[in-house]
Amino acid sequence: MIDTGELWLVMVVLGLGSFGLRFVFTGLIGDRPLPAWVLRHLRYTAVAVLPGLVAPLVVWPEATGGSLDAPRMAAAVVTITAGLLSRNVLLAIFLGVSTLYGGLYLLG
Amino acid sequence: MATETTKSIFWQGARDGAPFILVMIPFSTLFGVVATEAGLNVYETVAFSFLVIAGAAQFTAVELMRNDAPTIIVLISALAVNLRMAMYSASLVPYLGKAKVWQRALAAYFTVDQTYACSIIKFDERRDWTVGQRLTYFFGVAAPICPPWYFFTGVGAMIGTAIPDGLALDFAIPITFLALIGPMMRTRAHVAAGFVSVTAALVFAFLPFNLGLLVAGVLGMMTGAQVELIDSRRADRSSS
Repeated sequence: MIDTGELWLVMVVLGLGSFGLRFVFTGLIGDRPLPAWVLRHLRYTAVAVLPGLVAPLVVWPEATGGSLDAPRMAAAVVTITAGLLSRNVLLAIFLGVSTLYGGLYLLG
Repeated sequence: MATETTKSIFWQGARDGAPFILVMIPFSTLFGVVATEAGLNVYETVAFSFLVIAGAAQFTAVELMRNDAPTIIVLISALAVNLRMAMYSASLVPYLGKAKVWQRALAAYFTVDQTYACSIIKFDERRDWTVGQRLTYFFGVAAPICPPWYFFTGVGAMIGTAIPDGLALDFAIPITFLALIGPMMRTRAHVAAGFVSVTAALVFAFLPFNLGLLVAGVLGMMTGAQVELIDSRRADRSSS
């Protein structure tokens, strides 16, 4: 269970931090250009963080006590493949969820 | 064009933003459901969407808090997911840099993937627009995107408590993230960054306080940047 104090701390700091990131150039820095190497690293933050966040959740799912689980693994593979091929987030979610439920129904 | 009124530009933005409602509704509803599953009440869930207004970062924060990650790790990870907003901000400077501070602040708050993507295309197309016309368009795009984001988070939070446990909602976050990752893989550099991130996250999973994720993030960024550099040098050579 999430502690209420921690929750509000995270919400407020994350809110301010996100605003800060959105405001940092238009609001504060202005027209001064950033070094190219900084921009080059910034371009990859999302693809560097999200896959790392999701990998352990797929390989060691919490719901099965951390052991590899066929329906969840299949759903993960279908979701990422669908996203790569279709570039459509909602379609990928839909196919992934369908695979998960199909798998749980057949194997559960 | 002189025939364009403020009102027509606003509606132009709203029309361009409208298709994203189809994405916003399920995505924000899902956040509401996941957040209530993690123990947030309806009020807290809506406040979360209102304060942070960034889907992937919100999911990241909730997932890490649910796993009792230390607060500092929650914040660093979620903000890292949002770092791209700084790039958006940087690329909007030439178009909005001359607006008043409060206007720039308001635009900053509403800078999300969709408002940025629509606006940057339009601003480039309509070089004749004044700063005021650009802002009007920007807020026009935000109008059908951001209010539904709050509203359907609330809807999700309200229906979330009614969803039975058998629905395997533990896997809602992984599926959502995986679906987001696919379309981000635009170049070899993105793929390499993602691959290193996955490998590092699994290899360093033994580290305490979810530090493995930070290691994975840093290594992934460095990989992406290096591969981009190598590929651009190669492209330079073959074109010269």
